[in-house]
Amino acid sequence: MRVLILCEHDGKGIRLGSRSAVAFANAVEEQTRGSVECLLLGHSLATVAQDAAAYAPVLVADHPALANPVADRYAKVITDLVKERGFDLVVAAATTFAKDILPRAAGVLGGAMASEVIGHEFREGRLCFRRPLFAGAVVATVALHGKPQIVTVRPSAYAPASARAEYSAITNVTIDEASLPKKTEFEALQSKLSNRPDVTEARIVISGGRAIKNSEDFERLVGGLADKLHAATGSSRALVDAGITPNAFQVGQTGKVVAPELYIALGISGAVQHLAGMKNSKTIVAINSDPEAPIFEVADYCLVGDVYEIVPQWIAGLNGK
Amino acid sequence: MKILVPIKRVPDTDQKIQVKPDGSGIVTDGLPFVINPFDAIAVEEALRIRERSTDAAEVLAVSVGTEACKAQLRTALAMGADNATLILCDAPLDPWNVACVLKAFAQRYQPDLILMGKQGVDDDHGQTGQMLAALLDWPQATFASKTEFITGGLRVTRETDAGLEIVRVSLPAVVTADLRLNEPRYASMTSIMKARKKTIERITMADLGVNIEPRVEVLGLEAVPSRRKTVRVGSLDELLVKLRDEEKVL
Ligand SMILES: Cc1cc2nc3c(=O)[nH]c(=O)nc-3n(C[C@H](O)[C@H](O)[C@H](O)COP(=O)(O)OP(=O)(O)OC[C@H]3O[C@@H](n4cnc5c(N)ncnc54)[C@H](O)[C@@H]3O)c2cc1C
Repeated sequence: MRVLILCEHDGKGIRLGSRSAVAFANAVEEQTRGSVECLLLGHSLATVAQDAAAYAPVLVADHPALANPVADRYAKVITDLVKERGFDLVVAAATTFAKDILPRAAGVLGGAMASEVIGHEFREGRLCFRRPLFAGAVVATVALHGKPQIVTVRPSAYAPASARAEYSAITNVTIDEASLPKKTEFEALQSKLSNRPDVTEARIVISGGRAIKNSEDFERLVGGLADKLHAATGSSRALVDAGITPNAFQVGQTGKVVAPELYIALGISGAVQHLAGMKNSKTIVAINSDPEAPIFEVADYCLVGDVYEIVPQWIAGLNGK
Repeated sequence: MKILVPIKRVPDTDQKIQVKPDGSGIVTDGLPFVINPFDAIAVEEALRIRERSTDAAEVLAVSVGTEACKAQLRTALAMGADNATLILCDAPLDPWNVACVLKAFAQRYQPDLILMGKQGVDDDHGQTGQMLAALLDWPQATFASKTEFITGGLRVTRETDAGLEIVRVSLPAVVTADLRLNEPRYASMTSIMKARKKTIERITMADLGVNIEPRVEVLGLEAVPSRRKTVRVGSLDELLVKLRDEEKVL
């Protein structure tokens, strides 16, 4: 199979999740003997292209009109390339970036798409995908009809690919600006920059739930413990709804999916929608004042207690260490 | 201004989902169904746009599926949608099929705006809105948490992993709703009664001239068991010992 990986980047290098997409692509390619290429879209991509070339040959669509990820433009570039070069499979990490763009590209290319893939296998030579349904309560095995096939993979399901010994070639893709759609204008990105690691990339994630009453307490308790443990901070939707945490913190079916080595749930009840985002963590700790909280059924270690008492003790214990 | 809101019938999110022993599907006997929560948010947004609008605006709810979907269309009517249409289809549908049907319907109805949920909470595909926008060659704004009309189009705030992104799209456009767009209203008893009397227009795939061509073949379903230790610890100290010495994660 000829595989194209839509890589997401931050202007410097490709994102960790995209390296998981590379790992998926490599695994498929190994069994089908095809090729794997990375695609980068954006502007001023020289540094990113160098980084991506450590994983696979790179196609670079570098143009001022592509400076921001606008779905109709990006999808146009991707679909033109796929048609021109005959890719069989297009893959990206399941992030909001790819979830916006790839289904649109799939719409142009015939609709064979699987989202949030967590595994794959060949059955009688056919590539099949495993993907969660119903907030992760069920896993389906599916096969896609039609070509190309388009897939987003959960980074938590594929360990990031490591750099190859040698750098691959970098090829520029010519962009005809006149052919790009102009019905969407990018206005601004208001990012709340956090100096903590991203929840999807951290080894330890500490999440707060409705037990946390305000932003100050969140910063002091969840943030305070996270800083001591070099962890990322996440939250349930309850805190996002209350305006206590930004949307980017939401872990769950409709938020981010994480699978760190250690997930600590502070005052989170454990609704299925939340569990969908964290139940594949290696070790799960739950601290909750309600001994009957459903989160205790899916946690490895359960501690009944008030987070307002326990977390400050924990932080105090780490002080001076 | 015509706003089209596609609606999906999904199992109530509070229910435990069980897989049939042969893995061919989920057990639906006795399972209560609701309007997909994200679609309810889309209906609410359409109603708010109509309420703010100075010229005549119409909200049309549409569902693709069996007669059973009428219940969810009635919910949309009870919330305040002006009309509802059921596009009858007995075959199981994947996002591509729904997008193709909705495209044909949109070409006939000619809405200025299609507002829909960002994902169905049953299949969790998150594809239909984007595929529909592609098929219609309209701009899209996905994961919307705010919409605002401006000259020549719509300004939409989008919830992305990187933060809030603001885009302007020309109309007609497809917008998909995220959780924080609004809080859907409850229908009053009177409006529920009124909605019962409304006629729901029914059309067939043949009327629209579309065929169902599956893209996703489901080979089987499995329930996901939880394999956890669920050890209750008595104190913070005990917890820390476990994490340090047994799990070696601290
Ligand atoms: C369509 C849809 C999508 C959704 N998507 C998501 C999603 O992606 N992510 C998500 O998280 N949710 C999601 N939800 C919401 C989800 O259903 C729950 O409402 C939410 O997860 C509850 O958050 P919580 O556990 O923080 O709050 P609650 O359920 O209110 O639980 C608070 C917990 O804190 C405990 N507590 C209170 N005070 C203390 C204290 N001082 N010390 C210790 N414990 C204490 C309580 O015992 C309780 O267990 C979604 C819902 C819908 C309908």
